[in-house]
Amino acid sequence: MIANLLKAKPTTNVVTGKMEENQRNIVLEIEDVKISYSGEMAVKGITLSIPRNEITAIIGPSGCGKSTLLRSLNRMNDFVLGAKVEGKILYHGIDLYGKDVDPVEVRRKIGMVFQKPNPFPKSIFDNVSWGPIINGYKGDVYALVEKSLQQAALWDEVKDRLKSSAMTLSGGQQQRLCIARALAMEPDVILMDEPCSALDPVSTAHIEDLMFELKKEYTLVIVTHNMQQASRASKYTAFFESGNLIEFGETQNIFTLPKENRTEDYVTGRFG
Amino acid sequence: MISRNLKNRYLIAKIFHGFCFSVAWLGVLILGILLFHVTREGFPWLDMQFLTEFPSRFPAKAGIKSALYGTLWLISFTALISVPIGIGAGVYLEEFAKKNRLTQFIDLNIANLAGVPSIVYGMLGLVIFVRWFGLEQSVLAGSMTMSLLILPVIIISTREALRAVPNTIRQAAFALGATRWQTVSAHVLPAAFPGVLTGIILALSRAIGETAPLIMIGALTYVAFVPEGPMDDFTALPIQIFNWASRPQKEFHELAAAGILVLLFVLLLMNSLAVIIRHRLEKRKQ
Amino acid sequence: MQSSSSGLAENKSVLRLGRSKRWSEECIKAVLFLCASISVLTTFAIVWILIREAGIFFQEVPVSDFLFGTLWAPLLEPRSFGVLPLVCGTILIVVGTALFALPVGLATAIYMSEYASSTIRSILKPILEVLAGIPTVVYGYFALTFITPLLREIYPEVQIFNAASASIVVGIMILPMVASLCDDTLRAVPDSLRQGGYAVGATQCEVTIGVVVPSSLSGIMASFVLALSRAIGETMAVTLAAGATPNMTLDPFVAIQTMTAYIVQVSLGDTPAGEIGYQTIFAVSALLFIITLCMNVFSNKLLRRFREVYE
Repeated sequence: MIANLLKAKPTTNVVTGKMEENQRNIVLEIEDVKISYSGEMAVKGITLSIPRNEITAIIGPSGCGKSTLLRSLNRMNDFVLGAKVEGKILYHGIDLYGKDVDPVEVRRKIGMVFQKPNPFPKSIFDNVSWGPIINGYKGDVYALVEKSLQQAALWDEVKDRLKSSAMTLSGGQQQRLCIARALAMEPDVILMDEPCSALDPVSTAHIEDLMFELKKEYTLVIVTHNMQQASRASKYTAFFESGNLIEFGETQNIFTLPKENRTEDYVTGRFG
Repeated sequence: MISRNLKNRYLIAKIFHGFCFSVAWLGVLILGILLFHVTREGFPWLDMQFLTEFPSRFPAKAGIKSALYGTLWLISFTALISVPIGIGAGVYLEEFAKKNRLTQFIDLNIANLAGVPSIVYGMLGLVIFVRWFGLEQSVLAGSMTMSLLILPVIIISTREALRAVPNTIRQAAFALGATRWQTVSAHVLPAAFPGVLTGIILALSRAIGETAPLIMIGALTYVAFVPEGPMDDFTALPIQIFNWASRPQKEFHELAAAGILVLLFVLLLMNSLAVIIRHRLEKRKQ
Repeated sequence: MQSSSSGLAENKSVLRLGRSKRWSEECIKAVLFLCASISVLTTFAIVWILIREAGIFFQEVPVSDFLFGTLWAPLLEPRSFGVLPLVCGTILIVVGTALFALPVGLATAIYMSEYASSTIRSILKPILEVLAGIPTVVYGYFALTFITPLLREIYPEVQIFNAASASIVVGIMILPMVASLCDDTLRAVPDSLRQGGYAVGATQCEVTIGVVVPSSLSGIMASFVLALSRAIGETMAVTLAAGATPNMTLDPFVAIQTMTAYIVQVSLGDTPAGEIGYQTIFAVSALLFIITLCMNVFSNKLLRRFREVYE
C-alpha cells in the first residue's frame, strides 16, 4: 500500500499536463509515452491529457516529435518500419496499444487530416462516402455526404459537381474535402497534422473557422508550427522540444505568461 | 585563344559523340531491315486462304488456321492462370508482407526466376504438367508452363506499379478505418492499374512469342484441326513458323515470313490495345 | 457518436475488430501469400526435377566423363557423353554476341543518357522496346534467310548453318536489354559528379568516359552479365541458324550445336523417353540452369552493390 502511495504522481501538475479537475472530460490520456524509430528516440516520455470538445494545439520546432506523437494517437505509426511505442495511451480508459485493440477500429473513432491534402483519385462523392460504406454504414449515404460536406463548409462549392474528380478541386477545397471525409466517419476525435501548411492564407482562414465550428461536436488535436494559428484557434497548447513536453496549459497562458524560458523563446520567435 | 591540346580534345569529343549517335540508331536501322525483309518475303503469301487453311505439304495450300487458334487458346488460358496469381503475389509482397527473411527470400527467388532460360521451364512443364498431371500435350499443359514462365514478369511489374502509388492515398484510407485489403482493393490497385496492365500485356506478348517451352512439352508441329477445349492437342504460331523456317525449301521460308507477319500483327494489336487502355484510364483520372 | 462515448469505457470490446472482418482479412492475406509462394515452389520444382532426372543419367555416366569428355554422340553407337562440344558451341555464340551487343549496347545507353534530348529519348526507347519484344523464332528466321546469305556473299566458304550468323542475331536480340539496363545505371549517377568533372575543365566526352562510366561500372558489369546469361539460354535462334553438329571448334563459320539447340533436337526427335539418350537432356539442362543461375546471382549482387552506392 505504501509503495503504491509513493508511486502516485503529484496532482494538478501543469508541466506534465494532467488536469485532474476535468478528468471526466478527458478523451485521450497519454501516459509516459516513448516512441522510437529503430532505436532512435523521437518522443521521450510524454504525459498529456486531451480534453473533450476543445482544440488542443501541439507546437514546437521541426523534429521535436509532435507529428510522431499525433500519429501514435490513431496508430498510424504502425506503418512505419521499426517504430515502437512504449507507455500508455488511454482512449476513454482503453489502452490503444492493448492486446485486444484493433488499429482499424481505432482509426474509425479517431480520424486524421494530413499535412498535404490527399484526396483519393475518385469523385468528390466517392471520397466522402467510401469510409462509411466500407464500415457498413446503413443509413442514407447521400444525406451523410451532404451533411459532412456542409460541416466542412464545402457543400455550396461542390454540390453541383459531386461526380467530378476530387483532383479538380483547389488545394484548400481538397483539404476541406479531406476534413469532410474524416467527418463522414462520425469520429470522436479528429487529429490534424499541420492541416494548413500546404495552403494559402485565405484557405487557411477557411479551415481555422471550420475548426471552431467542429469543436462543438468533436475533439480536435492539431499539430502546427504556425504560432498565430495555435494562438488563434486552440484552447490548450502543448509545447514540445526535442521529444520532451516542455509546457502545457491554456493557450492564453502559454503565449502571454509562459512558465518556461524555452517556451517564451519559442513563442516570441527568439528560438535558437 | 584555344590551345592545341584543347583542339584535339574537342575533336575526340566530337568523334565520340558521333560514334555513340550512329551506334544508337543502328538498332533502329536493324529493326527497319528486319521488318522490310520479312514483309518482302512474306507479304505475297498473305491472303484469306493463308488464315483459313490448315498446314499442308504443299506450300500453295498451306495456312495457319490451327496455329492461330492454338495461340488464342494458349494465351487465353495463360492469362486466366497467370494474371490473378501474378497480381496476388505482387500485392502480397508489396502491401502485406513484413520485411523479414522469408520475404527477402521470395524476392530474391523471383529475381532469379526471371533469368531462368525458357527452355528450363519447358523441362518443368514436361515433367510436372505433361507426365505427372497427365495433361499430355494439351492447351492446359502449355498454358500452365507459360504461366510459370511469365509470372516473374507480372509480379515484378505489379510491384513497381504499386510502389509508384503515393503513400498518402494509403494513409488517407487507413485513417478512415479501412483494413489493408479494403485500402488496396479500393484505392491502391485502381491507381496502379495502368502500370499493372502494361506489365500483363508485356508478359503475355512474351508468352505469345515463346517457342522453346512449347516444343519441350511436345506441342505438335503438324496439326490439322482446331482445339475445342483446354484438354485438346494444339500447335501455336511460333511453332508453325519454326517448322516452316527449318525446312530447306524457299517457299516454306516465305510461308514462315507470312506467319511472322501475322504474329507481329497480333503483338502489335495487343500493345496498341494496352496503350489505348492506359491512355483512357489516365485521362479519366484527370 | 457523442452520446455513446460516455459508455465507451465500460464496453472495452468497442475497439476490437469484428470477428468476420478480421477473419476475411486473414483469409485474403493467406490466399495472396499462396500466390507469392508459387514462385518459390517453381524454383524448388525446377531444382528437384533436374536433380532427379539428371541423377538417372549420372548413374550410368560418370560426372567427369560428362563434364570433360570432348565427344558428344549420345544417340549414335558407339555412344559418347562428353558435353564439352556443346559448351564450346555455346561459348562461341556468347563470345560473338558479346563482341557485338556489349559495345553497341553501352554506346547506345551513353547516347541516350548523356547526349540525347528527351524528345529523341522518347523516340529511341520505344523502338528499342519493339526490338526487344520480337519473338526469338523471328530472329532465327532472320539469321537463316538474311544474315547467312549476306555473310556467304562476303565470304563464300561460310556454311549454311554457322555460329557467326546466330551470334549476330542473338546480339541484336540482347542489345535492347544491354542498352536499357546500362541507361538506367548511367542515369543513376548523380549530376553533381558530372558537374564536378566539368568544373575541372573536362569536355563532355571526358566526363562521360572518365567520370560517368567508371562511377557506374558495377552496374554496367551487372547488365553485361545478365544479358550474356540471356544469350546462353537463348534457344530458337541458335537452333535455326547455328546448326545441329556438336563441334569442338572456334571457327565461327561452320555449323556447331549449343546446349539449348541439343535439347530441342532431342525433344523434336523420336528418342523414347526414359532411354539414356533421352535423359541427356536433363543433364544438359541442369548444367545450363547452374551456369545461368550463377550468372544471375552474380549480376544481382553487383547491381545491389551499385544501388547501395547511389541510393
